[in-house]
Amino acid sequence: MTALTAPLAALGATVLAILATTGRITLFAADAVSHILRPPFYTRALLIQLVQIGWLSLPVVGLTALFTGGALALQIYAGGARFSAEEVVPSIVAIGMARELGPVLGGLMVAARVASSIAAEIGTMKVTEQIDALVTLSTNPMKYLTVPRILAATLAMPVLVGVGDAIGIMGGYLVGINRLDFNAAAYLRNTVDFLEFWDVGSGLVKGAVFGFLVALMGCYHGMNSGRGAEGVGAATKAAVVSASVLILAANYLLTELFFAA
Amino acid sequence: MIRFDDVHKSFGTNHVLRGVDLDVARGTSMVIIGGSGTGKSVALKCVLGLVTPDSGRITVDGSDDDRDAFLSRFGMLFQGGALFDSLPVWQNVAFRLMRNQSKDAARDIAIAKLRRVGLKPDVADRFPADLSGGMQKRVGLARAIAAEPEIIFFDEPTTGLDPIMAGVINDLIREIVTEMGATTITITHDMTSVRTIADNVAMLHDGRIQWTGPIADLDHSGDPYVDQFIHGRADGPIEAVR
Ligand SMILES: Nc1ncnc2c1ncn2[C@@H]1O[C@H](COP(=O)(O)OP(=O)(O)OP(=O)(O)O)[C@@H](O)[C@H]1O
Ligand SMILES: [Mg+2]
Repeated sequence: MTALTAPLAALGATVLAILATTGRITLFAADAVSHILRPPFYTRALLIQLVQIGWLSLPVVGLTALFTGGALALQIYAGGARFSAEEVVPSIVAIGMARELGPVLGGLMVAARVASSIAAEIGTMKVTEQIDALVTLSTNPMKYLTVPRILAATLAMPVLVGVGDAIGIMGGYLVGINRLDFNAAAYLRNTVDFLEFWDVGSGLVKGAVFGFLVALMGCYHGMNSGRGAEGVGAATKAAVVSASVLILAANYLLTELFFAA
Repeated sequence: MIRFDDVHKSFGTNHVLRGVDLDVARGTSMVIIGGSGTGKSVALKCVLGLVTPDSGRITVDGSDDDRDAFLSRFGMLFQGGALFDSLPVWQNVAFRLMRNQSKDAARDIAIAKLRRVGLKPDVADRFPADLSGGMQKRVGLARAIAAEPEIIFFDEPTTGLDPIMAGVINDLIREIVTEMGATTITITHDMTSVRTIADNVAMLHDGRIQWTGPIADLDHSGDPYVDQFIHGRADGPIEAVR
């Protein structure tokens, strides 16, 4: 009998654990958001995080977009050739970058770079009692640590996505005119003519959501880090994995919301 | 002023505090002694609300509901220093001051406090990770006293310090109590510290206050646990493996 019920019990326990964690993260997020509007505000901390999360992520997001745009142009050309529709390359590259690949790949790269460093930093502060010390100095760790990071990531990510879109489209353009014999002026005209505002706008909204999720996962797992170096390592891993999965899931939901017929 | 009333705290199956009763009067210095791992640090964290007791009550000035007001006149030296390693030393010390003072004024106070714990002004701009363990401890001490709080907890203020520096710190803590009238709780394993700092001593053993009394009574407490502890004897009622 136990042989039969054991897997069920394990399944039940897993489901319960997932539900409990979801609840805790939701409460944490609500708490963080509620602190955004209430003083004191740590403006300097916010500026530092904007640099850390936004500015310093530009190279990795830009390179990712550049190579993705180039590869996309090659693939769409090869696919388009089967229907003698090679001329769709510029517009499909632009739409693909702006709607999907810019925000998703940008979000994943930022998750790898930022969620990990936030979780490691806050986790280390937790295990070395720096968070406790903040409390004894009448400073709310939620306001001082979490809010600046969440705000910075939510504000910076759309900008990163916008820059990534542009660089990705440029990657497609470079491949298009150098490798696929497109006319430079025609390529650009094609890109601009077919790209609609909402193609880009939806991607920027996605970016803001992904930025929020990345910082939220970094802060949540850091604040709940276990004890010792092992605890910080586990928190870092959990932050990156959960941020990545949440980005992909949120991307599907947002795409469904924005574009489903 | 600070009162523990039958405080219990477990971590999983580890029953750390098993009914702590303790009273610290205003303007006095209480020193808590006791074996490693008996829950001295946990007891302090219970007062701050960093650890929530499973049962029992801790009151400050008779109330236990306004933690923010309590923390605003409070300072603490953590056992591990707990310095903010993203901030230079002087900003650590001036952390609370910078909220309502100009940067320059806060920095001047920080440097003055650093001097009181025996550190030269040139450490002010260094980062905590670049300091030795004993220096970090003293920066933590300077941070704890920077805003001249009324209530201060010191968790092992002299561990990791050379004997001379330990003497300086002991005198400083005593001074803070006698001159500024602060109420302090100090945890220490160093019997010289106990004798310099304490008005009253409490020994924590097995999750309870085994003995408490004025420092003058420490040497003839008549308690075998206290005797074994203060003389550092390997045999006695306290087991060496815990
Ligand atoms: N956050 C925590 N989670 C789990 N166990 C804890 C936690 N904090 C403390 N403990 C446990 O509580 C017990 C008492 O710890 P505490 O740090 O209070 O000891 P201590 O008396 O200060 O010892 P020492 O003199 O070595 O500093 C230890 O067994 C420790 O493992
Ligand atoms: Mg301790």
